[in-house]
Amino acid sequence: MLTNPVLPYLLLSALLFTIGFAAVVIRRNAIVVLIGIELMLNAANLNFIAFWRFGPHPEAASGLMFVIFSIAVAAAEAAVGLALVISIYRHYRTANVDAANSLKG
Amino acid sequence: MTALLTAGSALAAISLRNLVHCALALALSFLGLAVIYLELHAQFAGFAQVLVYVGAVAILVLFAILLTTTPEREGGSRLASGWLAGIVSATALFVVFGGILLSSRALPAPGGTAPAVTVKQIGQELMTLYILPLQVIGLLLTAALIGAVIISMRERGAR
Repeated sequence: MLTNPVLPYLLLSALLFTIGFAAVVIRRNAIVVLIGIELMLNAANLNFIAFWRFGPHPEAASGLMFVIFSIAVAAAEAAVGLALVISIYRHYRTANVDAANSLKG
Repeated sequence: MTALLTAGSALAAISLRNLVHCALALALSFLGLAVIYLELHAQFAGFAQVLVYVGAVAILVLFAILLTTTPEREGGSRLASGWLAGIVSATALFVVFGGILLSSRALPAPGGTAPAVTVKQIGQELMTLYILPLQVIGLLLTAALIGAVIISMRERGAR
């Protein structure tokens, strides 16, 4: 069944996305939730690279460009997200996502 | 092999009890993904992955863990409420993804030649075709930097 060379990469990407999703919905700690979001973004990047490599026009660098910009956006997201976690921790004295349940504090 | 390492350490990153171990497993998973990028002839993306994710994001996560973990709050349940429904929905998500991928006929045909995009070509395209996205990314990173500092500043009047 794994005849297409792009298929293993897509399956790995789906698995990584699922692991990230599971972290977001299962774990209590906000930092592990952010780790899950990072894993989901990385799964999307892997899809871009795989389709660029095995696609019909690999000489165009557009897939790579998309990944580079995506990495930059993910870095910005990680910085702001962790700042939010630290702010929430200062306010509630916990990093538990179930405890932070009111916007106004 | 690399895929097994990546998926296994990702699984460890979300399931370990010690948060520092989680961050280290996350760095290992990012490193495995960088190796996969290099296998796919995406050298620049692979090295950017090492620099940004393994170098910066994993260390940032580690710092956040060290800043927010209180030893006396360890223990207790590490799972959110409704974790069983979460596991079920995540498994269903993977089954749906796998079914779609295995039955898809829209995948690219096998047998393409390996691309040879050099760093020089990437730099030239960044400076010509993608000059506007590059500027926007620069603005976004600056805004995120300022925003992160402002958000994590101490609240006025707190303590």
